Amino acid sequence: MTKKVENIPTKIWQDNPSPDNPFVTETSICHGYDVYGDLLENASFIDYLFLLFMGEAPTQAQKNLLESLAVALANPGPRDHSVRAAMNGGAGGSSNAACLIAALGVGAGNLGGGHEVSIAMKIWQICGCDISKWEESLVNPPEDDREDVWNLIEHAPGFDPNAQSCSKPVLQTLEYLKQFDVGTALNWLSENRIFLESITDSSLAMSGVAAAAIHDLGLNDDQGEMLYLLLRLPGATVHAVERRQYGWRQYPFFGDKLKFKDK
Amino acid sequence: MSVDDLFNYEDNWVTAMGAWYPGEKVIFRNHDLFNELNEISWMELMLYGITGRRFNQQQIELFNRMWVLCTSYPDPRIWNNRIAALAGTVRSTCSLAIGAATAISEATIYGRRPDIRAIDFLQKTQTKLENGEDLDDLVVAEIKKYRGIAGYGRPIINADERIAPITNEMEKLGFKDGTYIKLAFSVEKSLQKTPWPLAMNVGAVLAALAADQGLTPKQHYQFMTLCFSAGMFPCYIDALNNPEGSFFPLRCERIQYEGKPKRKWQSTK
Repeated sequence: MTKKVENIPTKIWQDNPSPDNPFVTETSICHGYDVYGDLLENASFIDYLFLLFMGEAPTQAQKNLLESLAVALANPGPRDHSVRAAMNGGAGGSSNAACLIAALGVGAGNLGGGHEVSIAMKIWQICGCDISKWEESLVNPPEDDREDVWNLIEHAPGFDPNAQSCSKPVLQTLEYLKQFDVGTALNWLSENRIFLESITDSSLAMSGVAAAAIHDLGLNDDQGEMLYLLLRLPGATVHAVERRQYGWRQYPFFGDKLKFKDK
Repeated sequence: MSVDDLFNYEDNWVTAMGAWYPGEKVIFRNHDLFNELNEISWMELMLYGITGRRFNQQQIELFNRMWVLCTSYPDPRIWNNRIAALAGTVRSTCSLAIGAATAISEATIYGRRPDIRAIDFLQKTQTKLENGEDLDDLVVAEIKKYRGIAGYGRPIINADERIAPITNEMEKLGFKDGTYIKLAFSVEKSLQKTPWPLAMNVGAVLAALAADQGLTPKQHYQFMTLCFSAGMFPCYIDALNNPEGSFFPLRCERIQYEGKPKRKWQSTK
């Protein structure tokens, strides 16, 4: 009796073997398209990224939205927590992969991170463009009532609890992205931002704009969280590499800024 | 936080957790590491770091046995360990292998999420029992609400070979009569009366033992965070000692494509 072979079922990818070696790929197919015989020549990176997530080619508007979102998110700057995490790796001479792992680990959090985007996207799924539902969900975000590895979010998802007015880059991004008219979330968010900020006593954050944009693109919350994590890595990468070149002496150690206080 | 709060925190981190005084000493919470904690085990130091509590030697031995007997299988088929082996087979670094495998251990069908949910369930259930509720009712309610109870049932196989060894050690060390360990076994008995006769897995036992020592759910989760690591190193080393790429290679046809039929890209760059 032959033993059952364990395969990996997937709707995304097919590897066709070379005639002389079943472990070597002759052609790779992604959602039906020949990756190296067709997409390489005819698709842009953003086309391919959208295809990977959604299984279909983007419309021009979807492509424009994803491309602009990618530009907006690519580098949160060296003050951002996730980029600082990556720079700590660069300053100390850690491996490049470790710098990115650090950026992902820190950039995954509830404050401006991937998990916040995931929760904000769940709110979009639940509330759509119903303002009364938003009022409820921003106060009681949709989270499991059991203890979890994640701490409960401490602020309205998609909003910055440490800013009293919306930052110019966030506003610029929201206003630019909404013009593509993909879905209804971005436009609705723009129209209702001031009211939402007033009920949350905080200001719209880039994570909130990203959640709306990704919802408009049609991704689910798992996909959205992953896309957000991915799109923020270029900044972490370049700042970590640069920090390696500058060295640890030109990076804050906060030498006398930590104060030990006996209990 | 207000802008004033941010100004206050800028270049100002006040902590009671500890500090390094370069060239002089290290304070670990409220103790001098080199003079007051110099003889304690790593397990005791870690638990002190997490809880701020000093446990007695019986308790430290219990926590040690929990890790030794129940958490570190050097088997690269297990999902987290497989990451260590994959890292070894492609010649990645040990730290990347163990770091990634540890992060992956924060899983839902095993590892950290069941850990924290198991102790949470036991502690909440005990509180409800003390308020006069019925265990059978609580078990049915939990399973109906969440389609399972953390610490009961197991992927691959229902029985758990770790329970006998850890309960033997627990008895030897004098921890068999704790409130939560008794509750963990009672829940298993209760489950047998339901249409979902799940067997207890070791996650419930470990959660109960931790609860009996006064750990909170978050502290138990933090205590367990590194527990699988001893089993990861052998998986990494074994793959490293074999030829590059030899760890369970997949031929092309093992990828079972179920997607769209072949088509031609229409858009242009």
